[in-house]
Amino acid sequence: MLAFLVQRISQAFLVMFVISMIAFAIQDGLGDPLQELVGMSVSLEERDALRDEMGLNDPIYVQYVRFAGNALQGDLGISYFYGKPTLQVIAEHLPATLELVIGASLIIMVFSVPIGVYAAIRPQAFLSKFFMGISTVGISIPVFLTAIMLIQLFSIGVTIEMFPTDTGWGAWLNGALSTDGGLPSYGRGDELTHLFGTWNSGFFSSDGLWHLVLPCVSLASIMLPLFIRLIRAEMMEVLQSDYIRYARAKGLSSGRINFLHALKNTMLPVITVGGVQLGIMVAYTILTETVFQWPGMGLMFLEAITRSDIPLIVAYLMVVGLVFVITNTIVDLIYGLVNPTVKLTGKKA
Amino acid sequence: MRKLLTAFVGSMALAAAPLALSAEATKELKMAYDADPVTLDIHEQLSGGMLQLSHMSFDPLIRWNKDLGFDARLAESWERVDDKTMRFKLREGVKFHSGNELTTKDVKFTYERLKESSDYKAIFAPFTGINVIDDYTFELVTAEPYPLLLNTATYIFPLDSEFYSGETEDGQSKAAISKHGSSFASGNLSGTGPFVVTSRQQGVRMEFERFADYWDEASPGNVKKIVLTPIKENNTRVSALLSGGVDFIAPVPPTDLDRIKRDKDTDLVTMSGTRIIMFHLNQDRVEAFKNPKVRQAVAYAINQEGIAAKIMKGFATPAAQMSPAGYSGHNESLKLRYDVKKAQELMKEAGYEDGFTITMMSPNNRYVNDDKIAQAAAAMLARINITVDLKTLPKAQYWPEFDARSGDMMLIGWHADTEDSANFFEFLTFCPNADTGAGQYNAGNYCNPEVDALVAKANVETDREKRAEMLQEAEQRLYDDAAFIPLHWQDLAWASKKNVKLDPILNVMNLPYLGDLVVE
Repeated sequence: MLAFLVQRISQAFLVMFVISMIAFAIQDGLGDPLQELVGMSVSLEERDALRDEMGLNDPIYVQYVRFAGNALQGDLGISYFYGKPTLQVIAEHLPATLELVIGASLIIMVFSVPIGVYAAIRPQAFLSKFFMGISTVGISIPVFLTAIMLIQLFSIGVTIEMFPTDTGWGAWLNGALSTDGGLPSYGRGDELTHLFGTWNSGFFSSDGLWHLVLPCVSLASIMLPLFIRLIRAEMMEVLQSDYIRYARAKGLSSGRINFLHALKNTMLPVITVGGVQLGIMVAYTILTETVFQWPGMGLMFLEAITRSDIPLIVAYLMVVGLVFVITNTIVDLIYGLVNPTVKLTGKKA
Repeated sequence: MRKLLTAFVGSMALAAAPLALSAEATKELKMAYDADPVTLDIHEQLSGGMLQLSHMSFDPLIRWNKDLGFDARLAESWERVDDKTMRFKLREGVKFHSGNELTTKDVKFTYERLKESSDYKAIFAPFTGINVIDDYTFELVTAEPYPLLLNTATYIFPLDSEFYSGETEDGQSKAAISKHGSSFASGNLSGTGPFVVTSRQQGVRMEFERFADYWDEASPGNVKKIVLTPIKENNTRVSALLSGGVDFIAPVPPTDLDRIKRDKDTDLVTMSGTRIIMFHLNQDRVEAFKNPKVRQAVAYAINQEGIAAKIMKGFATPAAQMSPAGYSGHNESLKLRYDVKKAQELMKEAGYEDGFTITMMSPNNRYVNDDKIAQAAAAMLARINITVDLKTLPKAQYWPEFDARSGDMMLIGWHADTEDSANFFEFLTFCPNADTGAGQYNAGNYCNPEVDALVAKANVETDREKRAEMLQEAEQRLYDDAAFIPLHWQDLAWASKKNVKLDPILNVMNLPYLGDLVVE
């Protein structure tokens, strides 16, 4: 166990080192950070003096050595735009992103397991076919389009007057197809509860929860179909296996077979994929956060790119790299718990 | 830093509490801009966003009104003493948010800080000093007679000298201006303006509360609280207004103008703006552009009205010169000259009938539809056999290319900080001179010393009419010479719910005077 953790920690360092090198190498391609710091009419000399002061005129390797030296002491530089240490800026934006991911994960967990299992047990049922059809649509619509549609339908509202309003059925159809809107379309709302540090949570007030609805649904929309399909496929495979047949032959109730014996083995690959997808979900938050003006890390990162805020970009990439390593480590540990036959590296069987 | 701010704000709120009850301002305004102020230090950066903050939490000596005239604000009155000196009388009894009273020492402090600011020092270069006569009288002195003295005075938003003096706990000067990293002034604020900053989470939201001791009791404004949320994504900003999440948004993207007009609960206000969008023709890179006939051919080949109608959806005013209507240099007689036949003839006369190939560069996220404008212009030039190799870049990458002059035709938009025509010439068409900084954004390397001299002469002419004549002549000569290719002035648009009475507080400078905003 200890050897495993040591190995993972050294991996994390390697990942972060490589990421920081790459981020530094591409910084010239990102453009001039000064453009966001000074007005148009500032003279070239003034700009050059400022560049000198910020150390931007030094060769890249000098800048990198300086950065790496500070980084080893836990200082990842100061964001040009925020004027604060980059880690602090990230810490301020991290809770919003985590809450978004947690919310979306909850939606995925609550819906994917029952629907996936149902579709595996009754593959021919109408409802299964319906869910499979919907999930194909869901997986093929880009997340920002889903988001914009959700905003139009549930924030702004749609008034349908396609059918004749003077007839009863027309009015009813119009009413049924129209939506009122009213759900918040941007931001995290006014009532955040301070938990600790930089974490202000939207989970503890109705206002905060309402603000979470649309962003979480659109973020979940891309992953939910994937998990439904994955659980269904795995479950169908498990249901064919010998031990399930024996269990049936033994006369166990189908509920016990399906939910105790089959589901447990179904979940193994799902956990692995889920861990990786959790990391990918952090990437998808960039789109979701942009559309909903959600003040999380994704939006922060996108804006840092347009502003060429290089220290913040480097720090963000390193933190995300770390998040990937950590989630993968946790997934491996959970894997061991769920399936005792799986061995962590460095441990003799 | 935030602790300091909240501590200060907290004590402010306590002091203001009993007074706030008697104030008539009761409304709350939720607004969304495309960005929030980058700092609380108004001298750190000269930009539209920072000036908008300046007008919320500070007051200028004088300010522009709708007709590009001046309204008295903190300066009660002003008179010219001689052609280099202007005497101002300060309003008495004006309080800063900290409770300190405004006197000339604050103005002097502000003036000196402006001279230090890298963004403002160029604008204040013509000034040589400030003479304090007494607590409420002072004079601004320029080296030469300076016709734009009052224009420049609109940039003087007196700072609370006592508040910004001394040192912070870690030994930094409170007056320091820091371009990167944080300073006292970038996180703390005390002005005389209608709104006190009560909380700020950069990039997320900013809250303002009406200043209980605000001096301007004649102001009709009744907004008690403002919540400003930056929403960068155009679609999201518009959705926030249409769904009722916010009361007021700016800017409104051209593609959504109709959508907002159709909505019965919202009001849309549009105005012809003052930012010129134009192309430079680089003579150093392309031999043909040295020939005035070729430049004129390009000018005749570009259909400004077409671009304004089709690409900008009518959200732009086609331009034949740099100075927009209302500016002293605006020359009424200069007309749009789209005529492809004429353009082809000119190319023939110049000996370039078969045309040539050039490169064109444009940003793709700086101005409204900038990359589409460049594409259209490239297509128009094909009709006079100029083949264009177009490259569009995000702004952070575009400006370094612009500084290096790496395209044969480069697009730029310019807004005159002084709200005056001379500024256009100085930056965009003066002979480039690295020592004086003249022609800093002249990517055409067009050089006409006679026009430069004419503008220089206008800059020391205090007779407004004579000066206007000179500047108009300069526009005429650049037009005849086709020194650059003007496209249009970008329009401005704001939108709000019906009960927010926007129209009276808006102006072409894009500085909404929110202190005077009435919400029904």
